[in-house]
Amino acid sequence: MKLTEKQVRYVAGLANLNLTDEEIDRMVHDLGGILEHMDRLAAIDTEGVEPMAQVLYDAEETATLRPDVERAPLDNTVALANAPARGSGYFKVPKVIER
Amino acid sequence: MTAHTVQSIRDGLLKKEFSAVEIAREALIHAERENPKTNAYLLFSSERALETAERVDAKIAAGDDPGQLAGVPVAVKDVILTKGLRTTCGSRMLEHYIPPYDATAVERIEAAGGVIIGKTNCDEFAMGSSNENSAFGPVRNPVALDRVPGGSSGGSAAVVAQNTAVVSLGSDTGGSIRQPASFCGVVGVTPTYGRVSRYGLVAFASSLDHIGPFARNVKDSATLLEVMAGRDPLDSTSAAAPVPNYAAHLDGNVRGMKLGVPVEYMKHATGETAALIDQAIDQLRGLGCDVREISLPATDYAIATYYIICTAEASSNLARFDGVRYGLRSADSGTLSDMYRNTRGEGFGAEVKRRIMLGTYVLSHGYYDAYYRKAQQVRALITRDFTNAFQTVDAIVAPVSPSPAFRIGEKVDDPIEMYLSDIYTITGSLAGIPCMSVPCGATKEGLPVGLQILCNHFHEQQMFRLADAFEKR
Repeated sequence: MKLTEKQVRYVAGLANLNLTDEEIDRMVHDLGGILEHMDRLAAIDTEGVEPMAQVLYDAEETATLRPDVERAPLDNTVALANAPARGSGYFKVPKVIER
Repeated sequence: MTAHTVQSIRDGLLKKEFSAVEIAREALIHAERENPKTNAYLLFSSERALETAERVDAKIAAGDDPGQLAGVPVAVKDVILTKGLRTTCGSRMLEHYIPPYDATAVERIEAAGGVIIGKTNCDEFAMGSSNENSAFGPVRNPVALDRVPGGSSGGSAAVVAQNTAVVSLGSDTGGSIRQPASFCGVVGVTPTYGRVSRYGLVAFASSLDHIGPFARNVKDSATLLEVMAGRDPLDSTSAAAPVPNYAAHLDGNVRGMKLGVPVEYMKHATGETAALIDQAIDQLRGLGCDVREISLPATDYAIATYYIICTAEASSNLARFDGVRYGLRSADSGTLSDMYRNTRGEGFGAEVKRRIMLGTYVLSHGYYDAYYRKAQQVRALITRDFTNAFQTVDAIVAPVSPSPAFRIGEKVDDPIEMYLSDIYTITGSLAGIPCMSVPCGATKEGLPVGLQILCNHFHEQQMFRLADAFEKR
């Protein structure tokens, strides 16, 4: 499957990724080549095969549950320490206007 | 500096030949002096290392058990969080990120007396097969400085090969521990999916991510895995299965063990690698193993399957890097939307962008069924191949990579060529089975080659026993 520049720009928008014109050109080329390789999957018969979303092995049904015990969360100031902008105990972001 | 093992450090500490603080100091001085050759470390954690070492010495002085990793200098891949120690993921995005907590694996290592001396370079967000995708420069292979150490855990493999750490931690999504271990001539282990908690591992592809050990011998890798393994309430995918004492059962007895060699794997390997694997297989026969050919017919579809699934998951996992809670925020961010786009455009490198784009595309409307769902079905077929194989064999032996370490820059412009070199490692990752690389010799140029051993889910003990017997051949 070859991708057009328009498709690449659309996907970059979905991914919230700002790409330069040069990067877009490169993506058109690279993604097209990779998708061409991926298209070979169409040749394999998967009729009736259950999609595998996770590695499965035998375990108790409750194996992933933990005891319902209170546990201290990260302190507010600690959680905010890496934020590029913060104030009054919150993350600060630019004013939200319509996209 | 002495090429210590976990055992030799423990023995020396208990006999009072040296203290943990002395070992830590010596290791740090040596590592800092040697590092410019390889660029394998991104950060040294001297203060924390000496504090841990002091605790180990205090325990020994008090007559208490100092732990299974007492005084052992450990390096940690920079995608694994260390409280108060900068963790970059090899990315500009996290250049100044200071984690507020430790990964469970790190906590368990320190609780067992392990001394974390630094953080290692890697491909950005663990995406790459050569360590050339780090924002902080490539790592050089200590065995041949003009060559890559492999990736993405290139730094962690290099420090163990270079003797600037005794053991180290890597992460493996499609081969990122086994392939660098093979390229650098050390032991690298990808345990069963869920065997080691990923709490504190920066997520790349959650259904495939593993933490695992590097070491200079099989026994040390087994000890390190044992320390880290086991249920963690903070990672709901961590397995509750009991953790055996892996290192205690390396008895060398592999007589009669049934080994499978996948025909599909042997057809790609190039001259010298294929010859070394053949030689290793003969040596395993010599140890009394019963070797037979097996078939894993879905192998040809593995690369496509893997790169659909891992990029899809990556595109979702990396959505969190948006300039709000941590990491880079673009100076050019008028609106919230501009801030997201510009931050991500400036913060991510080329390979990470490529994978986010690919993953977003295969999940997008109209393509989900053809790519993502299809790949999940083929993943089930690849897993079924292994399940079938393990009905007749105890372990599978195979190459790790089609060729030994390549030159820096050799494949950097050809992403498909780079992806194709992951063919032997990604099948085991997709199935979630334990696999490892153990050195099996070197090419005429002196480049190491690893033998891959794969076993069924939670059969690490058998895998270690075979690897240890092979190592002592």
